[in-house]
Order: sequence, then C-alpha cells, then structure tokens
Amino acid sequence: MPTRLTVLAAALMLAGSVHAADKVKVGFVSTLSGPGAGLGVDIRDGFNLAVKQLNGKLGGLPAEILIADDQQSPDVAKQATDKLLKRDKVDFMTGVVFSNIMLAVGPAVFQNQTFYISANAGPSQYAGEQCNPFFFNVAWQNDNLHEAVGKVVQDKGFKNVMIVTPNYPGGKDAVSGFKRFYKGQTEEMYTKLGQLDYAAELAQIRAAKPDALFFFLPGGMGINFVKQFVASGLSQQTQLFAPGFSADEDVIKAVGAPMMGMFNSSHWAHDMENAENKRFVAEFEKEYKRLPSLYASQGYDAALMMDAAVRDVKGNLGDKKALQKALEAKRFKSVRGDFKFNSNHYPVQNYYLRAIGKDAQGRVTNKTMGTIFTNHADAYVAQCKMK
Amino acid sequence: MAFYRPARWQKPVAVVVLAALLALPSLLEILDQGYYIGFATRVLIFALAASSLNLVLGFGGMVSLGHAAFFGVGAYVAAICHQAGINEGLLVLPLAMAVAGLFALAVGAVSLRTRGVYFIMITLAFAQMTYYLFVSASLWGGDDGLPIYERMRLGGISLVGDDALFFAALGALTASMLLFSRLAQARFGRTIQAIRENETRMEALGYPVFRYRLVCFALGGAVAGLAGALLANLTGLASPNLLQWTQSGTLLVMVIIGGVGYLWGGVVGAVVLLLLEEVLLAWFDHWHIALGLLLLAVVLFAPKGVAALFGKRHD
Amino acid sequence: MTQLFLEQALNGLQFGLMLFLLAAGLTLVFGIMDCINLAHGSLYMVGAYFVAAAAQAADSFWLGLGAGIAGTAVLGLLLELSLFRQLYRRDHLAQVLATFALILIANETVRLIWGPAPLLLNPPEALAGPVEIAGFFYPAYRLVIIAFGLAVAGLLYLLVAKSRVGMWVRAGASNREMTEALGINVRGLFTAVFVFGAALCALAGGLLGPLLAVQVGMGESVLILAFVVIIIGGIGSIRGALVGALIVGTVDTLGRALLPTLLRALLPADAAATLGPALASILIYLLMAGILFFKPQGLFPARA
Repeated sequence: MPTRLTVLAAALMLAGSVHAADKVKVGFVSTLSGPGAGLGVDIRDGFNLAVKQLNGKLGGLPAEILIADDQQSPDVAKQATDKLLKRDKVDFMTGVVFSNIMLAVGPAVFQNQTFYISANAGPSQYAGEQCNPFFFNVAWQNDNLHEAVGKVVQDKGFKNVMIVTPNYPGGKDAVSGFKRFYKGQTEEMYTKLGQLDYAAELAQIRAAKPDALFFFLPGGMGINFVKQFVASGLSQQTQLFAPGFSADEDVIKAVGAPMMGMFNSSHWAHDMENAENKRFVAEFEKEYKRLPSLYASQGYDAALMMDAAVRDVKGNLGDKKALQKALEAKRFKSVRGDFKFNSNHYPVQNYYLRAIGKDAQGRVTNKTMGTIFTNHADAYVAQCKMK
Repeated sequence: MAFYRPARWQKPVAVVVLAALLALPSLLEILDQGYYIGFATRVLIFALAASSLNLVLGFGGMVSLGHAAFFGVGAYVAAICHQAGINEGLLVLPLAMAVAGLFALAVGAVSLRTRGVYFIMITLAFAQMTYYLFVSASLWGGDDGLPIYERMRLGGISLVGDDALFFAALGALTASMLLFSRLAQARFGRTIQAIRENETRMEALGYPVFRYRLVCFALGGAVAGLAGALLANLTGLASPNLLQWTQSGTLLVMVIIGGVGYLWGGVVGAVVLLLLEEVLLAWFDHWHIALGLLLLAVVLFAPKGVAALFGKRHD
Repeated sequence: MTQLFLEQALNGLQFGLMLFLLAAGLTLVFGIMDCINLAHGSLYMVGAYFVAAAAQAADSFWLGLGAGIAGTAVLGLLLELSLFRQLYRRDHLAQVLATFALILIANETVRLIWGPAPLLLNPPEALAGPVEIAGFFYPAYRLVIIAFGLAVAGLLYLLVAKSRVGMWVRAGASNREMTEALGINVRGLFTAVFVFGAALCALAGGLLGPLLAVQVGMGESVLILAFVVIIIGGIGSIRGALVGALIVGTVDTLGRALLPTLLRALLPADAAATLGPALASILIYLLMAGILFFKPQGLFPARA
C-alpha cells in the first residue's frame, strides 16, 4: 500500500508541474536605497499598485512578491537574484533600474529559464546580439529617449549643441543615441560619475555659448546640475534638453520651479488621455500622495503584463514556450496607449515631447507637447537572431 | 603583543572543520538548499581576502585602507582573461596573483615611505585612483564592470558547477592558511612581527626593514588578487564596486572583528560578518544599525576580536 | 577667456573654502587627540539633514542653518562624552572600526527617519539667481558661501594664532603630554574642539545643502577629500588645512576644466576623451601621493 501511495503522490506531483501552479512568485530586485533609490521605489510602488488593484493576484493566481534591495551594486544584485532563483524558485523576475546591474544578473536568470520582465533597464546588448527568449523589456531600449531628444533638437533647428554626461558606458550610449538623429555640431563633456558640483563645467558652458544643451545625468547628478545651471543664470542663453529620466517627478520634486521651460522626451506622460492611464494616475496619487513618474508607469505595466500572460496560459507556468508566446502577444492595455513587442522583445512605440510647466492646480510638472516618433523601434533589433 | 605561536588545539580543530566543509555541498544538496553552496563559497573567498589583509595588518603591522584595490585587480585580471579567451584557471589564477602582487609592490614601494595615519591615507589614495581608472576604462566595461559568462576550468575540471567552485575556493583558502601558518613561524614571519613590535630596534640590528615590509605587503596583495579572481568567477562579474574604499573598510572590519594578528582572525571575521548580514538582512531592513552597534560593542568590550575570546596569544 | 579664468578661480576658491570648514575640525581632532574620525563625514551629513529639516519647519533658510548647527553641536557633545572619550587612548585600528560603525549607524538612521530620497533644501529666494560683477555673471549663493568661508577662516586664524585657547590647542597638537603637565584641562579642551568641529561640519553641510544634495552617503565622498586635504597640509595644522583645502579645490576645479582641452590638443581625440575625465578624477589623489612621496609628513607638519 505505501508504495502505491508514493507512486500516486509522485504522479500527482508530476501532474502538478504540467498543470496550473497554485501561486505566482515574483522576484523584485531593485535599487531601493542610496542616491538612485527614487527610481526603484517608484517602480516598486507602481508594481504593487497594479497587484493591489488585481486583488493581490496575477492572472487569477495569488501573487507573492519578494522584494530585495540591490543598493545599486551589481554584486549585491547578483547575490539577491541567486537567492530568489535558487532558494525561492520565483516564476518571474523584475525591478532592476540600472543597465549595468541588469547585465550582471541577466545570465543567471536566463540560465535558470526564468522570465525577466524589465520595467526599466534596456541595455543595447539584450536588444541586439545577446537578445534572449527569457528577456522582455516593457519600457524602452536605453537609446530611445536620447534618440527622441536628438530628433527634436534637429527639427527645432539648433546648430551648436553641448552634451553633458557622466564618463561611463550609459553616458556614451546617450551620446550615440542623441547623435543618431541630431546631425549638427556637438561638443561633449564627460563628468565624473556621482559628481555633485558642476561649477567648473558650467563655467565652460558659459564660455562656449552653445544654443542648446543636452544632458543625461541620472538621479541626484541631474538634480544638482539643473539647480546649479539655473542659479548660474545660464538658462537665459541656453535651452535645456534632457531625456525623460532627467526630468520626471523625482527630479522635479527636488528642484522645483527652476525646471520650468525644460524640454524632455518620454514614451508616457501622466496627462495622457486614455482610460487606463487616468485610472492609474488617480489611484497612484490616492495611494501614495504624489504624482507617478515614468518609472512608476513602467512598474505598473510590468505587473499587468505578467497578469495577462499568466491568465493566457491558464496558470500553467511550467510550459515556458507557451508562456513566452503569451508574453509576446501582449494582451494587456498599457497606460501609455497601444504598443507591441519587436522580435527582440523590446517595445515598438510612440515617443512624445514634454515640457515642464505649471498644471491647472499650480503644480510644477510635465505637459505633453506633441509626438516625436510614431512606432519607433530600436537600432539593434537587426542584430538579434532570436526567432 | 607577542609573536604568533599556534595553539595546540589548532590543528585538530582545523582538520575537523575542513572535513565538515568537504561534506557541506552534498549535505546542502540533500537538504535542497543549493543556493547556500554559492553563499558558502562567497564566505570562503572573503575569508581568503580578509586573511591576506590580516597578513599585512596583523603580522606586518601595516594598517592599509586600500586592500580592496588588489582584490579588485585580481577580479579584473580574471575577467580580462575571460574576455581574451583564456579560461584555464591554472594560468588565470597565478596571473591574477602576479599582477595584483606586482601592483601591491609598486603601491607599497611608495606608501611605505610614510608612517601611521599617513600610510593609511596614502593606501586609500591609491585605491581611489585605481577605482576611478577602472570606472573610466571603457575598454573593460567602465562602470558596468566586465562580465564572465562562463567560469574558468581548473586543470581539466570545469568550475561551472557550484560544487566545483566551492572546492576550488576551499583549496585556495586551505593552501593559503597553511602558507601563512608556516610563514608566521618561519624566520620571515618572526622578523616581520619583530618589526611590528619595534621598528627602530630592528633597524638598528641591521635588518632591511623596508624590504621586509614591502615583501609582506606584496604577498598580501597577491593573495587578495587570488581571492578577487575567484570572486569574479563566482559572481560572473568584475565590477569597480569591488575597489571602493568601503570594500577596503569591510575587509578591515572583518579582520578586526576576527582578531588582528591571530592566524584565523580573517577567517573568523569573514564568517561572522557575512553570516550576520545574511541573518540580519532577512529580519530587519535597516540591519546596518544593528551591525554598527555590534561593531561598537566589539571595540568597547572585545577589543582583541572574536578569535581572542577563544584563546590567548602565547607570550 | 578672462571671464572663464576668473569664474574657475572663484569656483576653486569656493570649493576649497568649504573643504577647509570640514578639514579644520578633522585636523584638530586628529592632531590633538590623535584620533582618526571616519565619522566626521557623517557629522556633515547629519548637519545638512538637521539644517534641511529645521529650514523646512521654520520656513526660513537662515533659521534652519542656526538650528541645524546648534543641533549638530549638541550631537557632537553627546558623541564626545559617550564614545570618543574612550577612543582617544585606543590605537588607530580601534578608532577606524568604531567610527566606521558610526558611519553605518548614521547612514541607516538617517534613512530610517527621512527616507532614502534626497531632502529638498533651497537657498534663500534672494540668492537663488546669478549676480553681475563687472560684466560677468556668477551665482549669488556661491558668493555667499565664499564670504562665509573667508569669515570662518579669518575667525579661526585669530582664535588659533592669537588667543589663549588657541595657544593651548596648538600646544596640544604638538605635544599633548607637555600641555597636560602645564596644568591645562586637556579633557575639556578636547570636548570643546570636538564640538566646534561638529558645528563647522554642520555649517558646511547646511551651506552646501542647497547647492549639492542632502542625501544619505553624502558624507563619505567629502570625508575622503577632507582627509586628502589634511594629509597634504600636515595633520594638526590649521594653516596646513587651509593651504591644503585651497590646493585641492583649485587643482580639482582647474583639472576638470582644463585637462580635457589640454589633452585634446596633445592626443588623438579618442584617447583624449577617455583619458581626460579619468585623469581629472584622480588628479588630487596623484597630487597627494606625490606630496607624501617628497614630504611624508605633509606640507606643514605640526609635530616636530
């Protein structure tokens, strides 16, 4: 008898692995402390809001979200990810903010055949040669927002542009993205990563007299740069441009009114007119007492994406092929409006021009000004050999 | 302070611990806790790095706040070898040791001209320089770091499996501890400890003090490089974060917690600190407060470190 | 070109003077009490947070600055009485460990109280924009910082070089036992110096807060710079701290401004673009290593 029972139990367990799981485990590793914490916190809050609206479920299954802080260190992120993959055996991973951290944790996730839904980091490597069936990006490819700014600056007829960015690979990608669409004269200035005082650079900008300035300084660096830029009186002679990362709610909250008049690019804005977005913005404000940033919208979309895919495969998370198909199909309504996934699992979508000004309630915030690109894909998809 | 002499119980305890460690991976597999093999490997590697600092600090009396530079350089040598297609550990590991050792030799040659606090600060300055150089070296990934997609081989054995790397790290640690233990009792070790106790006298006796210190410093750097190369293979990444001054601080904390100048100080400190991190982090988001208070308690109430609680240094 | 040069000189001066505020306290604690205080940067951070919080509560930057400095001074007093007093007689290693622990505690406690995001601290409205001096623009607020820095430097000079207390302090820095033997209350002197150093930290943190960012971890990068300054200047010497701070401020600013241009003229564009920023960020460390190579005790050794 005992033997037969064991066989039965084993058979049941086997069956279980083919049929529906009883819950969904999501590993969320993000930057929740240090200077870059604002970004990770927004992604987390957006993600949690979606799960809350879905009554704590993803695709009808109870969701368990395991959250860990990577302290903006690839090493720490790698450890936390290993723990989630090997000990907690999560079904999905998400949350990473910074591309260098994504590149550090990616290989282990893919090797483990776990789906990674990136709610922010969109490194060129994973869009091109190293594209992977288990990697999806629900935000953008890193270059996209820079490309959009380049297009705007080109179209507006600026001739002499100065670029300020930290001396690290992300900064160099920003420059190449910008120059892909801006063909005029540029002068590039590379600063120390994590630099807080830009007095020396501002003096040089004053001397060089560019007609426009494009900067990509993520997190606290951008906050300081804009503050000091305005205080030095340069805003009267030079028009500021930045990708959406350097001009969203986190930065606006820290800088305030001096940011008014700055142009930036994004694939989403909180004033976009669609039902999903209106609900998201209203609920987010109610829940967290602040306006959502693009990071929050991306976290929210990541949760919706998992929800739709889990529902599609009827909770059968063991069937990786079916799950991949379901994710590729993108059967959820994004807060940014319609978009679809390219063959490299990166979005093909619109990009918009935003300007910072005061809204109806007198708050300093972003206002959508127009469309820069329609159905824009990234520059690396041709190098991706994934079917 | 006095010369190091091994306690009588040391050998049997070390053998028992080694035997237990040899069985650990299989045990964790049985318990379906495979994740902890990687964690244990990490502890072994940090034990190695902290022990190498203990050689410099505890036996050589040189308070270096730039030890992470050699650790990080070792990691980068492994990653750069991987990038160049060299995956044979028997080549990579000695190379990492050689490069880190030579680098330490150069840093030491300049730094050892200074004393006390100035020495602490100049080693820190060199580490900061190395950090910024790697951050801006786009050829080696800059701030992103340099990934290792597939772990190296050792002889014919691939280290891709977690067990294999664990044993490799255990082997490296065991060999280094044997070396340090021999060294501490040999002429070189006695001389370097005597210099720690009374530099002026040793100089007057005609010992080439500077050269002894320099060799000790470089040897510590080389072993730190070995630890770095192993860590890069464990995490699959050599990143500039490994060279940050807080990393040097952490290694220093490990040695001090464990017990400065005790052969096992570095090992005990690494085990204690990493276990604390693992346990506290699960309970308390702000675990650094708890860790800080604990460190203060160690300074105030157990000034010689944990290793000292278990035994005396023989006079 | 003159404008650029003048502006960069002012920037270097401003940066150097702020470093001096931090280095002054550090070098005294270090020089007199022979105590390495890695947590000096944490006092700077806590000071900035106190100032920001008080300024928000009082809705006035200047009130906030005053309250923040007072608060940090009290904290410094408590720290000295409870912990540092026990550390003076310990070796450097124990001091490094204890103050490293303080950094961990300070960072985490600040995060616990104020959250991980940077705190907003704005300069007084009137000083937010630029001012025109002889045909060129310079941020008004940076000028105020320079004024504060010069005033404190002058005050410190008078205090240390001319007053009786200053004489004790200098005596303590060059020979502690002898000073004690002369019947001076060294204990009280230590406490006073430590508290004064903490207040200077808060002043620097409060003044730099609106310019930089009030955030967790802001103390560490500045701590390293302050150490570089006092090592270059010579530990225990106020004059050395001032000279060191100005050297570091100027070299760092000019390095960032001129090196990339200079290298572009000498090297191929590609190499210059990589090497320029890298070299600029390590310049001050190179400088320090160079100075220590030739003068292992710094420029103005306080101890004979």
